[in-house]
Amino acid sequence: MHSEVIEVESTKDGEPVQAIYEHPWVVRFSHWVNAVALFVLVGSGLQIFRAFPSFGAKIPQKDLLNWPKAFAIGGWLGGALQWHLTFMWIYIATGLVYIGYEIFSGNYRQVLFVPRDIRGVWPMARHYFFFGPKPPATEVYNPLQKLAYSSAIVLGALSVLTGIVVWKPVQFSWLAWLMGGFHLARIWHFLVMWAIVFFLLGHLVMVVVHGWNNFMSMLTGWKTNPTPR
Amino acid sequence: MDERKFKKMNRRELLKVAPALALGAFAIPKLREPLLKKGLDFSDWASGALFRPGHRAPTFSASDLTPFEKFPINDYDVDDPGVIFDNWSLTVSGAVQKPGDYKMSDIQVLPKTRQNTRHVCVEGWDVIGRFGGTQLSEFLKMVGADPTARFVTVECADDYYESLDMATAMHPQTLLCYEMYDQPLTREHGAPVRLTVPTKIGYKQAKYLTDLKVSHVLERVGYWEDQGYSWFYGL
Repeated sequence: MHSEVIEVESTKDGEPVQAIYEHPWVVRFSHWVNAVALFVLVGSGLQIFRAFPSFGAKIPQKDLLNWPKAFAIGGWLGGALQWHLTFMWIYIATGLVYIGYEIFSGNYRQVLFVPRDIRGVWPMARHYFFFGPKPPATEVYNPLQKLAYSSAIVLGALSVLTGIVVWKPVQFSWLAWLMGGFHLARIWHFLVMWAIVFFLLGHLVMVVVHGWNNFMSMLTGWKTNPTPR
Repeated sequence: MDERKFKKMNRRELLKVAPALALGAFAIPKLREPLLKKGLDFSDWASGALFRPGHRAPTFSASDLTPFEKFPINDYDVDDPGVIFDNWSLTVSGAVQKPGDYKMSDIQVLPKTRQNTRHVCVEGWDVIGRFGGTQLSEFLKMVGADPTARFVTVECADDYYESLDMATAMHPQTLLCYEMYDQPLTREHGAPVRLTVPTKIGYKQAKYLTDLKVSHVLERVGYWEDQGYSWFYGL
């Protein structure tokens, strides 16, 4: 994705508008399918958690948080498990398609957070959160974006790995051992879910901040009036 | 590029993402159930494929055991279906050479296995318990079960029922359990005999057994499975 900028002549005033192709089809498709899967997995996961809303012993049981049913998917434990065990495959498949595509196309280079990006994180965070000056954009994604997107991929992988242990602590006993056993894996799975939700909230805020053209680029691939670089 | 051409290109690109809308099928009540059933069946198929007959569930030391009084009692109906122990026997039928009623003493002549294993409930809690009994594989050998049969189905005194795939039934840690914590099984925990299957989720490990059938075809799946839970649910 080498983001060539094209000029689109407006039929109205003849002023050319710039447009840039940012997201190839595979990325857009896997993004949206994965987004739906993530939504279902969080919702059904919360319903599953309602069956035993604790991480301690069953006896005496102390509920950690009784999640309101309105935020849950599946209606009951068995129903929620059906949703979870169905959409986990969709989630894994789209994750693998995305990662495979990024590696195969070489696009990962523009989004993967690497050590040389570290020094750019603070200036960007200062700009976003503390009204600091905007650092000059030198790449498609700024260091903070790279950090966020790369973390999301790591969290996605962790959600799958911890989920595998919760589902199959015997067949994957070595993985369970690495995570400190089944009991802890259930806690990791829960915490990773919240970390993903936290990323998602930040992601949605940024989508709103960056406006319509940016949003549309995740649907059509094309972004009009891109920020000049 | 002129604007019309650009807009057309955008629409084409948008259409390419449209297949994602197929997920909307899950929002249609009529389609939802069969689709989720497919997902559950696929997960069960994957579970079966991932199951390794020789791979043992982790075992634990005595210090890891959950105290007996903190081992939860879960049942779908009653804690004690009132089995009369003196009259009790396990009725064996189906694809076996020696069908009939097997008394506790017939089971206890077989070698006893004791193991500290994790019991995982579908609700999310887990405990480590000490279980003693005879390997189901030994019992199946004794009754002359057809080695090509595919399922073992059990019926229980509380009308619960369950079934196991043959690979799991033959697993060395799958027990006809009659002891917990080196004491005879108590009524709430499934006396006189229950299944202990450390490679399966808790609800597969039926209590208060009365009947055992070896079969080539699965006739009775399981109480919770019939409510919509996974059949294989291997850990």
